[in-house]
Amino acid sequence: MSAFWIILTGSLVAASCGLLGCFLILRRMAMIGDAISHAVLPGIVIAYIFTHSLDSLPMILGATSVGLLATFLIELVHQKGKVQADAAIGLIFTFLFSCGVILISSWTKHIDLDADCVLHGEIAMVPFELWITESGLNLGPIAVWKLSILFLIVVGLIYVGYRPLRLTTFDPQYAAAIGVSTGFWHYLLMGAVSMTTVLSFESVGAILVVAFLVAPPAIAYLLTERLDHMLLISLLAGLISAVGGYALAAALEGAIAGAMTAVLGIEFIFAYCYYVYLRK
Amino acid sequence: MWNQVMEFWSFNDLNVRYVTLGVCLIGISTAIVGCFTFLKKKALVGDAIAHAALPGVCLGFMLFDSKNPIVLLGGAFVTGWISLLAIDLITAKTKIKSDTSIGLVLSIFFGIGILLLTAIQRSGNAAQSGLDKFLFGKAASILPEDVYILGSVGLVLICTILLFFKPLSMVAFDPGYAKSIGIPVGLLELILSTLTVLAVATGIQAVGVVLMAALLITPAIAARYWTDRLWLMVLLAALFGGFSGTMGAMVSYLAPAMPTGPWIVVVISIIAFLSILFAPRKGFVARRLKLVRHRNKVLHENILKAFYHLAEEDASFYQARTAQEIYNRRPMPQKMLAKGLQSLKRKDLLKNESGDYWRLTKQGKEIGQRIVRIHRLWELYLQRFLKMAPDHVHPDADAMEHIISPELEALLVDELGNPQRDPHDREIPYNN
Repeated sequence: MSAFWIILTGSLVAASCGLLGCFLILRRMAMIGDAISHAVLPGIVIAYIFTHSLDSLPMILGATSVGLLATFLIELVHQKGKVQADAAIGLIFTFLFSCGVILISSWTKHIDLDADCVLHGEIAMVPFELWITESGLNLGPIAVWKLSILFLIVVGLIYVGYRPLRLTTFDPQYAAAIGVSTGFWHYLLMGAVSMTTVLSFESVGAILVVAFLVAPPAIAYLLTERLDHMLLISLLAGLISAVGGYALAAALEGAIAGAMTAVLGIEFIFAYCYYVYLRK
Repeated sequence: MWNQVMEFWSFNDLNVRYVTLGVCLIGISTAIVGCFTFLKKKALVGDAIAHAALPGVCLGFMLFDSKNPIVLLGGAFVTGWISLLAIDLITAKTKIKSDTSIGLVLSIFFGIGILLLTAIQRSGNAAQSGLDKFLFGKAASILPEDVYILGSVGLVLICTILLFFKPLSMVAFDPGYAKSIGIPVGLLELILSTLTVLAVATGIQAVGVVLMAALLITPAIAARYWTDRLWLMVLLAALFGGFSGTMGAMVSYLAPAMPTGPWIVVVISIIAFLSILFAPRKGFVARRLKLVRHRNKVLHENILKAFYHLAEEDASFYQARTAQEIYNRRPMPQKMLAKGLQSLKRKDLLKNESGDYWRLTKQGKEIGQRIVRIHRLWELYLQRFLKMAPDHVHPDADAMEHIISPELEALLVDELGNPQRDPHDREIPYNN
């Protein structure tokens, strides 16, 4: 049963990340996604220090807003400080991430959060943290519930905002001309990415989230030219990586999140070969 | 606390000496290489190489069953290079953009590294302990033999950069030109990539793979704000890198629980933030001040020009005028006008006798006259030499009148042959 829960958790993380990632890579913001996933760390640590958990809604929102703050800071340093765009990303995320690690080190007595957890999470622990009601009813792992809600929010966002998101991604000028606010959808997308990073933190850690944000969409991007197909293929790629990653991790006795990433790498190699050698 | 700081700086403790020397060397050599990475706009490639070094470190350990720094460095070097090739290959052969391929290679290599690392940890091999230090650096446990290796790699990096300084700077700034004068651009880029990978592979010892990008590019970002000369920028970056390394070593000496790597990054980031804000000329504050100063100058000159225009109409230069008259002559926001009048008074260019009556002083008149003169000279120049229609020359002259220097003005007068009338047949006023 625990295998089922782990694979389900991995699939949910990969699915939410993959859907959002499609828009990120099409907007050439893959590295912003990378930056956000590093930068939410101080937000998460502060949340832990205050509540000893990440389950309360205000704390999720607080940590999420640190991610948004990071995108804002990158823009600020780039626009007002005249630092070139890639260097601005590098400057801000390493700084925020360092602050997060320093916070962890100075509060180790108060929080059970360690470097490993930051890097690759502990998806194997998911089946042990169950949601049991007062009457003793076992409703399954808490993480699965949280990530399911997240997945529904992401799907809802993309379902409702499909048209404006597509427009602002492919033709921002036209979108602006017909009255679609590019800024609004930009920050909504960034907010969703931050929230996904925060909620995926416990399962796959702050850094491997990037793999799930970038790899499934990149695979899908090579296999199709249509956005709706791309979204579906990246969902599928995420699903395969969850199942394959579990098996690989079991074989090597390694971290499941790392193994999922490795499977994504193999999937990408196949997609690459298809694109370069087989595509008509 | 203070005693401990003094104790640190006395370098009596042998361990402190090695750690500080090691971290300082790493900071200096990566910062120097980082300048070129930064100028070639490859800041995030450094990040990818750093993350990709992790599986190399693990593979090196697995193959040779040793934590010898040379083995681990070699492993990091190899996978770092492979990641670089993979990024280039993906960007060149597919429609995937460079940022996505960087993110992709970075995260997948890192994921594989984590997989290998956890597999090694759980294999029960006792020798593995400390391998995970590569994630956040192991500056505090640098040993004498590490320092020798770091020192020699650092020396190689610095010497190579010095040796190829001229061609490398050409490649960094203008590869097209460098190629056209016969510099082997491809070879130099290869050398630069190799240096970057080497710098990253050594640097992860100090700050770890996750934060390595900062050690590479943040000193360069900071240094860029202080100078336009490459050699000075490299020197400053090296200084910043070395300083933050030393500071990181000091913090972890004072508080052993503190991780050195993140502290180095925080120190160097703060230096960068301060540079971005306060560096002379290029810093945010300096640029903002310059803008405000220029705006004020334009405002003052426009007001004085309006005074002069009014004076031309009734031929009395020192007549008192009200703010309303100025406004009618040249509309601008009332608040700005009031502010401008006040500061002109402070500069003794205007006099304010009673209530809202303002008159030009002698210097004020001269400035107003000069602006009007330049304006009309420029209009004439545009008409005569650029063949512009007389009704098209005004807006351009309105901008130029605030910029043209006295030297340029003299040249204009000369070129136009001491003209007396502008294209609108108004007098060009000279100061005599």
